[in-house]
Order: sequence, then C-alpha cells, then structure tokens
Amino acid sequence: MVDITPADTVPPAEVAEMELYHPHSWWTKYVFSQDAKVIAIQYSATATAIGMVALVLSWMMRLQLGFPGTFDFITPEAYYQFITMHGMIMVIYLLTALFLGGFGNYLIPLMVGARDMVFPYVNMLSYWIYLLAVLVLVSSFFAPGGPTGAGWTLYPPQAIMTGTPGGQDWGIILMLVSLILFIIGFTMGGLNYVVTVLQARTRGMTLMRLPLTVWGIFTATVMALLAFPALFVACVMMLFDRALGTSFFMPAIVEMGEQLQHGGGSPILFQHLFWFFGHPEVYIVALPAFGIVSDLISTHARKNIFGYRMMVWAIVGIGALSFVVWAHHMYVSGMHPYFGFFFATTTLIIAVPTAIKVYNWVLTLWRGDIHLTIPMLFALAFIVTFVNGGLTGLFLGNVVVDVPLSDTMFVVAHFHMVMGVAPILVIFGAIYHWYPKVTGRMLNEAMGQFHFWVTFLGAYLIFFPMHYIGLMGVPRRYNELTDMTVMTESAHDLNSFISIMAFLVGFAQVVFLFNLIWSIRHGREAGGNPWRATTLEWQTPQTPPAHGNFGKELPIVYRWAYDYSVPGAKEDFIPQNMPGSFGSSREPA
Amino acid sequence: MADTTLTHTGQAQPRPAGLQGVAADWSSDQRAFKNVSWGKAMMWIFLLSDTFVFGCFLLSYMTARMSTRVPWPNPSEVFALHIGGSNIPLILIAIMTFVLISSSGTMAMAVNFGYRHDRRKTAILMILTAALGATFVGMQAFEWTKLITEGVRPWGNPWGAAQFGSSFFMITGFHGTHVTFGVIFLIIVARKVWRGDYETGRPGFFTSRRGRYEHVEIMGLYWHFVDLVWVFIFAFFYLW
Repeated sequence: MVDITPADTVPPAEVAEMELYHPHSWWTKYVFSQDAKVIAIQYSATATAIGMVALVLSWMMRLQLGFPGTFDFITPEAYYQFITMHGMIMVIYLLTALFLGGFGNYLIPLMVGARDMVFPYVNMLSYWIYLLAVLVLVSSFFAPGGPTGAGWTLYPPQAIMTGTPGGQDWGIILMLVSLILFIIGFTMGGLNYVVTVLQARTRGMTLMRLPLTVWGIFTATVMALLAFPALFVACVMMLFDRALGTSFFMPAIVEMGEQLQHGGGSPILFQHLFWFFGHPEVYIVALPAFGIVSDLISTHARKNIFGYRMMVWAIVGIGALSFVVWAHHMYVSGMHPYFGFFFATTTLIIAVPTAIKVYNWVLTLWRGDIHLTIPMLFALAFIVTFVNGGLTGLFLGNVVVDVPLSDTMFVVAHFHMVMGVAPILVIFGAIYHWYPKVTGRMLNEAMGQFHFWVTFLGAYLIFFPMHYIGLMGVPRRYNELTDMTVMTESAHDLNSFISIMAFLVGFAQVVFLFNLIWSIRHGREAGGNPWRATTLEWQTPQTPPAHGNFGKELPIVYRWAYDYSVPGAKEDFIPQNMPGSFGSSREPA
Repeated sequence: MADTTLTHTGQAQPRPAGLQGVAADWSSDQRAFKNVSWGKAMMWIFLLSDTFVFGCFLLSYMTARMSTRVPWPNPSEVFALHIGGSNIPLILIAIMTFVLISSSGTMAMAVNFGYRHDRRKTAILMILTAALGATFVGMQAFEWTKLITEGVRPWGNPWGAAQFGSSFFMITGFHGTHVTFGVIFLIIVARKVWRGDYETGRPGFFTSRRGRYEHVEIMGLYWHFVDLVWVFIFAFFYLW
C-alpha cells in the first residue's frame, strides 16, 4: 500500500535557515527571551494573572447584585469601576492576549514548521510592551480616584466627566494610555504572526495544508492589525479631549449647572470608531477559538475535519464580513434608520458562514471514533454554547427586536455566552490539549473532569436565568435591582441564585490553576504525542520542544493536517511529515 | 514573461505569469509572496495597518469639519505667509511638500546605490534624505510656532471651529512624529552602510543579528509611505 514519494518532488528550500539567537544566560533564556515558546508562556501567564483580577471583579459585582445593601464597600462608584475593568480586562488583556500572544506564539512556528517567529527580537518587545500596558492598567487601581468607571465601551461624553469615577481623575487617562500601549505591543507581535504564516512555512506546507488553528489565529491577527487602528485613534482623541481640552467627542454640555468649555464634538463619532474596532474584536477572539476547536474535534474524534476548504473560506469570510457590521451595536444611538437596515442585513449574513462551521463540526463528529477526553468535552461544550449564544445574536441583530432588548441583561447574557464562555471553553480545552507538549506531562484527569463539569453546567446556570431576567426588561449596568418593578419576587431569588453560581464557577477555576501547577511535577509522563495527532508540533524530536523547535533538519510536509483513520494505513493517524501515499486520504486535491 | 522563484540551492524555479502566477504562488508551499523577504513583507503589512491609523485620523477630522456648526477657518488665509508686502497662501506648505517629495527622490537613489553596494553614495544620499526630512520637521515647527503665537490652541482659535486647531495639531503632529522616527532610523541605517556593517556581517547592537543592504530598501518603503500620507494630509487639510 505504501509507496514512498521520492523526496525530490518536494520543492527545494527557498530561503536559508533563519539565524537564531542563542541565549547566554538565565536572563536571556527565561526572562528577556526571544524564543516564541517562552514568550507564549509569558503572555499566557500575564493574561491569566490579570484575568484572575477580572474574575474577582465579577464576584464583587455579583455580590452587589445578588445581595444588595449587604456589602458597604461596594458603592455605586465602585460598582461601575468593577464593571469597566472586568469588561476591558476580559476582552482585551485576557482573551486577545491569550489567543494571539499565547497560543499564536506557541503554535504558529511549530505548526507551520518554522524555527521561530520571523523577527524574534520584535516579538520579545511585543510581550514587554504588553506587560507595561497591563501594569499601567493595574496602576489605575491605586491612582487617586481609582480606575475609570465609564463602562468598558468608554462612551463619551460621560467617560471624561466629573460624575463618572475616574473621569476627571487619573482613571480614564491610565486606561487610554494602557490601551495605546497594548495596541503598539500587539502590532509588533501581530506582524510577526502574519509574516511567519505567509513567508516562513516549511517545505511542502501549503496554505491549504495548514491546521485550522493556524488559519484562525492568522485571520484574527490580520483583522486585529486593521481593527486596532480605529481604537488607537479613538483613544488618542479621547486622551486629547480629557488632557488638552479638545472637543473631538464632546458636544456643548452642561455639568453641575455649569457650561463646560467643550463644544461641537460628536459622541457618535467615538461610537463608530470604537465599534469599527469592537465588532471585529468579537471575531478576533472567536476565530482562533473556531480554528482550535476544529483541530480538537478532528483529533479526538479520530476523523478528518469535514469540509476543510469550506472551513477555511468560512473563517476568511467571517473575518471580512465582520468589518461591515459594526453599527449593529448602535441601533439605539439615533443613527439613520436606513443604516440600521444595512447593518442588520450584513449581521444576519454572517450567520451563513458561521452555520457552515457549526454543521461541519457536527459532521466531523458524525460516525467518528469519539474519545471523551477533557479537551473533547470542552470542544463539545463549546459547540453547544456557541450555538446558544449565536441564536440570541439573531434576536439582537434585528433592529426591531434589539430596540426593546437593548441595554438589558439579555444583552449581557448573550455576549457572555458567545464571546465570554464559548472562547474560554476553547481556551480550557486547548490548554488540556497542548499542556503535555508544553510541559511533557498530562494534566490531572480527575481535577479536569471536576473543572469541566462545574464550569460548563455552572456557566449555563449563570447565564440562562440572565436571559430571562433580561426579557423581563431588567436593565444592565444598574448597581441595585431592589426597587425594580419589572422584576417579580421569584426573579429576585433567581438573581441571588445567579450570584451563588458565579462564585461556584469561579472557585472551580482555582482547582484548574492548582492543576496547572501541580501537574508540572506530578502529572503523568506524556511522551511526544499523547493524543496521536498529525500536526507538526507533535512530531518534534524533544518534548517540550527545544530552542529552534525541530532538531537539525526542518520537517518536510507531505500531507494535510487531518489524515485520521485513513483506510489502509497502519495507524489511525498519519503525521504531516510522513512521506508516502496511502490511497484513501480525504485530502482535497 | 514567466517569473522565476529563487531558491536557496541556487536553481531558479519557473513560475507561470499573470493571474495564474498569483494563484500558483498562493497555493505553493513556503512563501505566498515569492522572492519577498521577511523584512519587506513585514514592512508592507505594517504600512497597511498604519494606513488604517491615518485613514481613521483623516476620516475623524473630516467628520468634525463637516458636522461642525461653527465656520471652519479658511486654510488659504490661515496658512499664508506675509512675504514682500503681500500674503501668499500656502507658500510654506508648498515648500514643505516640495522638500518632502524631493527626499523621496534621494531615498530612491539611495536604494539603487545600496543594491550596487556603493557604500559612499548610499550613505550620502541617505543622510541627504534625513536632512530633507529634518528640514521638513523644522518647517513644521516654524508653522506650529506661528499658529500658536497667533492664538491657535488645541481647544480653540480666533477664527472659528475649535476642531480646526485640535485636528491640525493632532494630524500634523502624528505625521511629524512619523517623519522624525524616519529621520532617526535613516541616520542609523546610513551609519551602518557607511561603516560597512552589511558587508562585514557585524551584528546589530540590540538584535545581535546581521543586517543586509535590503534594510535600505525597507527604510525606503517606510519613507515613501510617510510622503504619500503627507500628500493626503495636504489635499484634505490644506487644499479643502
């Protein structure tokens, strides 16, 4: 059956081997490292640490909402500060940084068969600027007046006015500076990811042989490079409004009975800029999750991904479409109704490629040899959660349905399901999947089962009731719901129930963190390829991969990433770098 | 004419021309842009991202200008210089534009000589480019000073919409920062060329990696981009 393809059919190498920087000391090896794998771990650790802060902030909010009046230290101002910092940290400093800076750095060079990112020095700078951005953000907790309480969308004019916490203190300034730094740092990393995928693949690795993980991260990075500029500009302009007294976003306005110096600016302009970034941002987080989950499902169901090419084009299509839907976040901003019509249409069109992806995941599972490993459990949970969150997205994408639901808890429940819980589930699945490659040991299975079930079921117990409360008309961003006439007595009980569940799910994450640390020393030895996976990162000579990833010779790729259960093959997986043809591979010609 | 792909082994591979060539490149392994080095690809993608930054700045400025209900100061009058008894509109801006466009010419020549490994001429032309760039920034500083003494501030000006001053300082300031960074890096690369770093393979101070003459061209890409952006600022801010 096996006939070896002669090696000379693989095109010759087009570029010389890259010049690696070999560290001389502990400092340059582990701290100021230029190795993408170390940078990835630095990114992940920093993002996780700041993410824990955001988790605690969400507990504070739920304490206040579930048991109003019990905790004196949660003043209305503090509540708004918690909301703002929770949202901004989770979306930007955790999800974006972890998917692109963490998984991107670790997986891209390994999966495309490169020794490292193309510009390791710039890559290192990217992390340190990200760290600086995080430190500036954290410093706002200790600044006079505390962090900003403008809501994570930072809408002017209120974001820089006296009534808003941090508006006339340091809070908003530090937030804007931190965002600007984040964008500069991200751009340095992002350029690396894009060029590495486009220009530094190994021999035989065509774009249509890339694992979908790489496609997801690559497309998300391209989008981020085009979307973050809008946020950058919005931040610079608001910083000037606050610090120099310009009026880009500030209309003529009366504050505490006094006419302010501002006048003639447009708050709507900020909304346009913010959401031109903000909507692609949703997919910057979602696309890497889509890619990773495709690989998890294929590997753990021992089947090739269904419709690989369709999956790639769906990722690219979603990426492109997401740049023309931003104003669906602004239906109630008073913009022209025809705009609403246009943006509702484009929004609903996105459902088409997204549905293609969901069908293909399900069809990949169909008649697969499904192993219910922890990564697979998280992947399955993701599909369910994403479909749930996506369906409420159809409600909110329509102008007439969105108007009454806008700014209710329904919106909160929707986006937490679709871009909070769903990507986080993929992150967990991915960590359980690739932890053996990073450390050489498996994560503890029992703790993993506990973590999965509490997180998955708990997330539903938190956010399903929240949809219901939102449908009643309970508004979001209110720090006390006690005198809410739209809420029935039982809904108040439900509200306390949500809070209790939030604590439970939060504590389950402590178990996960403990597992991460405990298994480094006590986990089961994993070997090089514990999941019997095809992609290149599992074929490295050492585990964890050494500096330079692939020993003396770079691997040569002979096939796509999804040759699982190929009829006629000896094993139920054929690594990408194994030569030979095996007859019935489903690789698209 | 059929293109070829250069390979590390020295033998060039034939490639189909035209659209088929593009399709062949994108479905090939290793590189999507054949014969484009990593550094050049990175600079192009950075410039694409930077285009969005300037695009957002200019669109925001245009929104402010179109939606303000206060008259917008007339650029022809504001940016006029009193020379020889008469006000000449936009004369300083015209000279600045001429200087910057000329610097693109010297930059292009530097790239050409760089690929001929003519160290002396390359370095001199790059320094000349940097000098023209510095002249541009100097004239911009003069323009800022003039406007500030006339009472233009980010938060207001004597003639009309406050957004005039804020947009002006923000956009020209951001562009001027780009030019300044360009000048600094031009000097750094010129020094490396002059010293022969690209021939001796001397490692960089920060990166510990060897550089190549291609750095001159990558520097040139950035410099031409900054020029191009200025043309748009000139058209949308001063001529409108």
